[in-house]
Amino acid sequence: MHKESEIRDPLILGNKTYHDISKDIARPIEGKANKYWWILFSLSLGLFLWGMLSIAYTIGTGIGVWGLNKTVGWAWDITNFVWWIGIGHAGTLISAVLLLFRQKWRMSINRSAEAMTIFAVVQAALFPLIHMGRPWLAYYVFPIPNQFGSLWMNFNSPLIWDVFAISTYFSVSVVFWYIGLIPDFAMIRDRMSATISPMKKKLYSLLSFGWSGKAKHWQRFEEVSLVLAGLATPLVFSVHSIVSMDFATSIVPGWHTTIFPPYFVLGALFSGFAMVETLLLIMRKVVSLDAYITIKHIEYMNVIIILTGSLVGTAYMTELFMSWYSGVEFEQYAFLNRATGPYWWAYAIMMTCNVLTPQLYWIKSIRTSFVATFVISIFINIGMWFERFVIIVTSLHRDYLPSAWTMFSPTFIDIGIFLGTIGFFFTLFLLYSRTFPVIAQAELKSILKSSGSEYKNKK
Amino acid sequence: MSTKTVYGIFDDEQLLLSSVKEIRANNIEIKEVYSPFPIHGLDKALGLKETRMGITAFIYGCLGLSLGALMIYYIMIVDWPQNIGGKPNWTFYHNIPSFVPVLFECTVLFSAHLMSITFLIRCGLFPGGTSDSPDERTTDDKFLMVINVDGDSSSVKEMLTKTGATEINEKEA
Repeated sequence: MHKESEIRDPLILGNKTYHDISKDIARPIEGKANKYWWILFSLSLGLFLWGMLSIAYTIGTGIGVWGLNKTVGWAWDITNFVWWIGIGHAGTLISAVLLLFRQKWRMSINRSAEAMTIFAVVQAALFPLIHMGRPWLAYYVFPIPNQFGSLWMNFNSPLIWDVFAISTYFSVSVVFWYIGLIPDFAMIRDRMSATISPMKKKLYSLLSFGWSGKAKHWQRFEEVSLVLAGLATPLVFSVHSIVSMDFATSIVPGWHTTIFPPYFVLGALFSGFAMVETLLLIMRKVVSLDAYITIKHIEYMNVIIILTGSLVGTAYMTELFMSWYSGVEFEQYAFLNRATGPYWWAYAIMMTCNVLTPQLYWIKSIRTSFVATFVISIFINIGMWFERFVIIVTSLHRDYLPSAWTMFSPTFIDIGIFLGTIGFFFTLFLLYSRTFPVIAQAELKSILKSSGSEYKNKK
Repeated sequence: MSTKTVYGIFDDEQLLLSSVKEIRANNIEIKEVYSPFPIHGLDKALGLKETRMGITAFIYGCLGLSLGALMIYYIMIVDWPQNIGGKPNWTFYHNIPSFVPVLFECTVLFSAHLMSITFLIRCGLFPGGTSDSPDERTTDDKFLMVINVDGDSSSVKEMLTKTGATEINEKEA
């Protein structure tokens, strides 16, 4: 049996038994939604509909309805794309990397973090799709033997690497998530009464694939989880490295930097952890899981945020230094223009939110406060969106040719699509929180006797 | 002589584990154990062979890598070679640095998916499958041991009680 130091804080509060864990995790599925859930759900659904209308208008009329122009050909769409992909990364980090490091605290949060990954990647994938202008031709990016001339895609292009990276990432995340869900769906199935809710029972037995929890199946299950974690770990690093290569392999000053892959991966983990906190702090209240998502979990995540936030800050400084040190006039101007040009305010927001706010977590009372964490996590979400905006728009709007210099401002449609994806994301997440076992209960039960507060006190 | 199936139900995974060890030490074969979560050390105590899921992942990964390389070779070198930004397009070998990301993704894609499918097939899990657990509580908080007995089952039952089973049921096969 796993032994754990007695001075470690408990990860499960209250006098819980195995049966209590089953009950608590099945409660949101079996019970009715509370008022907060309905309020949030209606809000998200409203935003989602607005986004759908904006997307329909874009596809019907053309990309011209966005604020793009000849100089700034990439703006909010790619900013949103990178932002959403980045958010997705924390889910994989929590479920895969922390599994490899055998961090027990991941067990209360990994299911939701993975759900967040999947829903965020869905939002991210929307943007390249609608940016194509003719999304019904999206299959052109896949290597399909075709009759329109020998028209293959170009495997030298980072955009094609991206297609492969993101589709692999999405499908592997779904598989990883679903394999973990099977025993938990089985638990829900076995709790459902065939007479009171026969439809639900049927649905969950369909979803649980007939899992029964045999010893051999558990042995394979654990091995499969471990190998999937081992595969997902390099995958998650490759995905954001490849996203950064969309920029880094170009010759645009401000994009053409070798620091981009690690810098983007760290930024992704940083923003992803902030979004996990935002979501968990909402979910904790909406489906009452106070005993499982404790302040200790939040504190651990805040420590990771200090680390990744400081590394992101270091990357910003390195970038500035390298642009000066390169001795290239265009490179130096790109960074000077970021900080002091017409978009100085975006740069200031990025610096404040990403470099300064996470440093507040050095103070223990802030690190261990739900309210402060929630506020700071929102700041980081905003800051990381602005980081992508700064990288993309300020590098493009003043390039080599001053006669082409211009400004970008978003239209109503740009804003609509962005807010729409936020609505879509929360709609999916809220539906998930009422229909899926939101905590990996099988895993959690396996640590109850080593990390539950009652068992800790007995020792 | 009639064959009987004895079900021993336990409340605690440590009791189950020690019981499994003791019963096996007495040369009684345990047919199956059902539990709500993976129990560390149970596979060794039951004498289960090590699983080969990891090996399959490696094989599938190699397959993905080869198929990915074949696909890129055919598309970029054989079928329609093009000069793209002056990148060497006449041999696969010279152009390979550009192909590394896609080769890696193909490896992971094949490895993860095919291993998961193998897992589902080997465990007989599929949408619409039914659980064969004799007791629904085994996904909640009970641990269940299944033993097939020829003839008199009283000694097995006694041993189960002694090692901590809270509930013992018997079924004529």
